[in-house]
Amino acid sequence: MEPLTLLGPKALGLTIQRLCHQLIEDHGDLQGVALIGLQPRGVLLARRLRRELKAILGVERLAYGELDITFHRDDFRHRSSPPTPSATAIDFDLEGRTVVLVDDVLYTGRSIRAGLDALLAFGRPASVHLLVLIDRRFSRELPIQPDYAGKWVDSIGEQRVTVEWRESDGQDRVLLHTAGDRRDTGMVAKGSTADQ
Amino acid sequence: MRQRSFDSATPPSEQLSVEHLLGIKELTPEDIELIFRTADGFKEVLGRPIKKVPSLRDLTIANLFFESSTRTRVSFELAEKRLSADVVNFSSSGSSVSKGETLIDTVNNILAMKVDMVVMRHPDPGAALFLSRHVRARIVNAGDGTHEHPTQGLLDAYSIRERLGRVKGARIAIVGDILHSRVALSNIFCLQKLGAEVMLCGPRTLMPKGIAALGVKVEADLDTALRWCDAVNMLRIQLERQGGDGLANFPSLREYAMLYGLDLARYKRIGKEVVVMHPGPINRGVELTSEVADHANSIILDQVENGVAIRMAVLYLLAARIPRAGV
Repeated sequence: MEPLTLLGPKALGLTIQRLCHQLIEDHGDLQGVALIGLQPRGVLLARRLRRELKAILGVERLAYGELDITFHRDDFRHRSSPPTPSATAIDFDLEGRTVVLVDDVLYTGRSIRAGLDALLAFGRPASVHLLVLIDRRFSRELPIQPDYAGKWVDSIGEQRVTVEWRESDGQDRVLLHTAGDRRDTGMVAKGSTADQ
Repeated sequence: MRQRSFDSATPPSEQLSVEHLLGIKELTPEDIELIFRTADGFKEVLGRPIKKVPSLRDLTIANLFFESSTRTRVSFELAEKRLSADVVNFSSSGSSVSKGETLIDTVNNILAMKVDMVVMRHPDPGAALFLSRHVRARIVNAGDGTHEHPTQGLLDAYSIRERLGRVKGARIAIVGDILHSRVALSNIFCLQKLGAEVMLCGPRTLMPKGIAALGVKVEADLDTALRWCDAVNMLRIQLERQGGDGLANFPSLREYAMLYGLDLARYKRIGKEVVVMHPGPINRGVELTSEVADHANSIILDQVENGVAIRMAVLYLLAARIPRAGV
């Protein structure tokens, strides 16, 4: 079955613009804020946000980092093989800052839990907010909700949402895949692993 | 290959081809690359203000050292603790081994206390393989006699990769007591699997017969070896394994140091920037003089630092293959 396009290039651009303005509305010039993208896919959104925010605010410096949560995941040894880590790059102290954690899709909430855990190694932030592009509602396994969301999607467990970026995938779009292509459902069964 | 991940953060995943780390010989080049990639992640963790991750919090690891060790034992213990595993330590002195208990009995008694992994150093070659066939825990060989010391081989190659930017095509000379060295054998296997060229250099009495069959160059003259190589690994003279009065294989330590020791004058004569390595503990003034050991091109302390990240990677990847209870 052909995947359904939830957001095309133009709509995705507008959504990112809106998220940037929401951040500015709440945090002013963002000087006390650190934007932290979750590896591996959240950083693609975080990099885009950083670029847009710099352009809108006309500033050169914006605290920005990338966080890998591999060693903090709660599904180690629940999967057939261990996840391979990506790089963490946070070269400043988070002590006392407002952190905006960025990920592309919020589904079960388990990645965000691991992200909160991993953040603790870098200091005690004043507060942590969560920004996601897609919020798959009604499928949470933990009490975690976003503070900023680009779009809400009501989807069932067997469906999958993918976010593609110009930089890595050729074009900007968000797709909803429905069962039919079930070759790797072993990987995403019940949303327990790949869908986190 | 997997498809690109869906619904955000699912990193690519692979696993080791082995259940125990008994030697480098059993690993594939892909296994070694996977260990290195994972170690890169742990190296970053070790640079954080809080150097601990929760991955192994439900596992218990026993460190069984039937032979003395400082560096390796501390390095493994730190690696285990930074992965949040529970750790029990055992060393043969002052234990029931001295009362005549067999290796299997000792280990089974420890396993009866619900231990998941065993890190073992033992004076007999093959002890780790033997254990892996008779007990249920995952075994990590931390040195078995003169056979292998796989984590040392891995961390040496990892340190070379870090300093030279590559291992493939690099020329590595291993100098000294090859005959008694488990470090040499693990290094040869590891470097060759990664595509490096290896030359062994040392007195003929400390060179195992037929070692050239492993595909290594053998050279008796240290200056020739130094001019050939990009990095030199100066092995320790294993005084405790020389047999008899301790010096059955060469006339005196002074003569060994003159012919096979690396001092600053000899280092400067090479005429190029050769990376200097040593697995420790150094006999200062024998294999290396202090000026060379503490030289800017010496990566001896990087080796020690990388040792923790490599051991974390090995334990993490082996632990991933332990099935969970009730699954």
